[in-house]
Amino acid sequence: MLGYILRRILSTIPVAVFVALFVFSLLYIAPGDPAAVIAGEHATPADVEKIRKSLGLDQPFVVRFAEWSSKIVQGDLGTSIFTGLPVSKLILQRMEPTISVMLVTLLLAVSVAVPLGVVAAWTAGSWFDRTIMGFAVLGFSVPVFVVGYLLAYVFGLQLYWLPVQGYTSLAKGFWPWFESLILPSIALGLVYIALIARITRATMLEVLSQDYIRTARAKGLGERAVLFLHALKNAAVPIVTVIGIGVALLIGGTVVTESVFAIPGLGRLTIDAILQRDYPVIQGIVLVFSFVYVLVNLAVDLVYTLLDPRIRY
Amino acid sequence: MDRRTVIKGLAAAGGVAATTRLSAPALAQNAKVLKFVPQSNLSNFDPIWGTQYVVRNASNLVWDTLYGTDANLKIQRQMVESEEISADGLTYTFKLRPGLKFHDGAPVLARDCVASIDRWSQRDAMGKVIRTIQEELSVVDDKTFKWVLSKPFPKLIEGLAKIATPCCFIMPERMAKTSPFKQITEYVGSGPMKFVTSDFRPGALAAFEKFDGYVPRSEPASWQTGGKVVHFDRVEWLIMSDPATASAALQSGEVDWWETPLPDLVPLLKRNPNIKVDIGDPFGHVGAFRFNYLYPPFNNVKIRQAIQAATSQQDYMQAIVGTEDALWKPMASFFTPGSPYYNEEGAERLKANSDYTLAKKLLEEGGYDGSPVTCLVAQDQAPMKAMGEITADMLKKIGMNIDFVATDWGTVGKRRASRNKPGEGGWNMFHTWMAGVTTLSPIGNSAINANKSGWGWPDIPEMGPALQSWYDAKSEAEGIATAKTINKIGMDNAVYVPTGFWLGYQAWRSNVTGITQGPCPWFWGPKKA
Repeated sequence: MLGYILRRILSTIPVAVFVALFVFSLLYIAPGDPAAVIAGEHATPADVEKIRKSLGLDQPFVVRFAEWSSKIVQGDLGTSIFTGLPVSKLILQRMEPTISVMLVTLLLAVSVAVPLGVVAAWTAGSWFDRTIMGFAVLGFSVPVFVVGYLLAYVFGLQLYWLPVQGYTSLAKGFWPWFESLILPSIALGLVYIALIARITRATMLEVLSQDYIRTARAKGLGERAVLFLHALKNAAVPIVTVIGIGVALLIGGTVVTESVFAIPGLGRLTIDAILQRDYPVIQGIVLVFSFVYVLVNLAVDLVYTLLDPRIRY
Repeated sequence: MDRRTVIKGLAAAGGVAATTRLSAPALAQNAKVLKFVPQSNLSNFDPIWGTQYVVRNASNLVWDTLYGTDANLKIQRQMVESEEISADGLTYTFKLRPGLKFHDGAPVLARDCVASIDRWSQRDAMGKVIRTIQEELSVVDDKTFKWVLSKPFPKLIEGLAKIATPCCFIMPERMAKTSPFKQITEYVGSGPMKFVTSDFRPGALAAFEKFDGYVPRSEPASWQTGGKVVHFDRVEWLIMSDPATASAALQSGEVDWWETPLPDLVPLLKRNPNIKVDIGDPFGHVGAFRFNYLYPPFNNVKIRQAIQAATSQQDYMQAIVGTEDALWKPMASFFTPGSPYYNEEGAERLKANSDYTLAKKLLEEGGYDGSPVTCLVAQDQAPMKAMGEITADMLKKIGMNIDFVATDWGTVGKRRASRNKPGEGGWNMFHTWMAGVTTLSPIGNSAINANKSGWGWPDIPEMGPALQSWYDAKSEAEGIATAKTINKIGMDNAVYVPTGFWLGYQAWRSNVTGITQGPCPWFWGPKKA
């Protein structure tokens, strides 16, 4: 098992190399000029050119890539063109809010969606099942920002229950931290809840039709035990797979959510960096996200072994 | 637990929440902290390297200037105690006020001023002009420095006092010795507030704390001048890229002041009894589009004049501000309405206000051959997006073909620097806007320079001498006369086309007092109940 884990971690290296080359190349050919944005409207073309030179943006692709990748190998993600700050520092500054939003969303989504999916499967065909699936369709259909605005309007502006923007660090107390995450997590979580609920229902329906479930009932087990001890455990592998894939959805969703709720996370950093053409920051974030995604997939694979003793690496 | 019990419990929880308010989003909490939403992202903090308006506005808190402009557009001394100008107008000797200190406790010395002026003048349009006649810029003693010129330059102090970016902010010598094409790495100034570097989250939060060692002037504060006494211990700039979020935050009391609310949201804010709304900058904004002089069709003055004739500033302005006519004015000038230099010399074609007959006639005279006009339009900047759509419609109405390049400002910024042919990655025209304070006079209006160095490489030989005459003008009357000449030359040649003048709002919580109109948000004056 340890060997498997090590092999998987090492496999991130070629993935990272490919991603680095791909992203670097894409940014190199993409239109836009950070020097022009920095220089401002009143600068002359000559001023812009001087800034471009001072930032090394006039260097050929090979030179720039070699410089950047030699820094990466040493663990240096480079320096932000705009802020002059190390990219690693910028990313670290923004990690807590993003991880907080993702974690709370994940917990919320799993704790709501799995029971809903289980009950929907159990009562398949009933009004409850149809209602849940109807809401799931809505969850897919309504954009995150629309939900976000509605939540902010109702709970922030009408009821004054929750803040409409911002993030409070956990260091300042659990409740202020959690309070700042409730609305963003609900907004972001709805799509995730819809996805997980549907998958849970589908796999549960399949499992509930199996002989061993009939046997469990025949043995006199209560429905709760049948559903959660036997059925759900056997349906868990696909559900966990979808949860893992959904992390990618979350990463994308945080970009919108962080903008709507003004959360200073990695999503907003990404948007700002793209709009400003802050290449080192974009490259650094993409690398970090790639690495995170590989680790999440590894975690999912390891969870399989807990859920299904037949799976061993 | 049965369903009824659960429902009762939820209802009770809701009732408790409703009465106790889970979070009464604090009416921006502390009266000593001001929370401000700026016009755009503050991602860097070097006002010479990055000349964006938002950087200048933040820099006003941290750095001071030798002179400033007050609300009456008069130049006032700020860090300077006195100045002496030699009889021949060639030597300026400046003496600093006593007691000026930087945030690190070091005194402000003449050498800091010399280095700061040197850095600023390498980037500023007027500074560059002064450098061409500069003989010497040197320290006399710790509090005195001199600037020696080879020919008189009556507007020198005006250049040091201008509000248009980049302003001549005074930094410690070690910082000011940084190349103006590289960013400074520390943010020490002598202004009324200190920049809290540890709290800086570029794109999210910038914080400033009161500098107890600040030595304000005794006069009342007025724009950049006077006693800049800040009544807050801390000012937080919260960057919110989504206007709906900023609007919600202001309404809920989570922020105190929003610099530039979207026009669409202003009616909503006006209806809120806890919010005040007023014009932000009385010198507003000026729209424009600029031509590429290197290639047809706009290398031909007749065709540029055709566009002038076809332009309806009303269409452009209503596309930007909506139907509130009090928010815009026509502007048949290169100088801002309200400026002493405003004049409409040579603007007959522009004032013709969409004379398509004249426009078509000029197109024919100019030999327009139907080639598509590559028009760059930044979709992520609301005024430019609006202007671009009006332009597209206008060009079609006069029979021109258009290659409408809908992109973002970053791409426009890069592409407009390209000298390629329009069909090969180049361009023919792009839209832009400027703060009205920058077009009060030729000092800040770099767009009017037509010496092939600006965007589009405009080449109007007679403009250079006209501008020099303005710089050399010894009196306001002379300057006004020269401004008329400049306007006429610019209009005759359509150096660029102004699309109009518009005003924008600012909004703040009603418990905040002392917020004034101005080209920048002024943090000396406001107080919070």
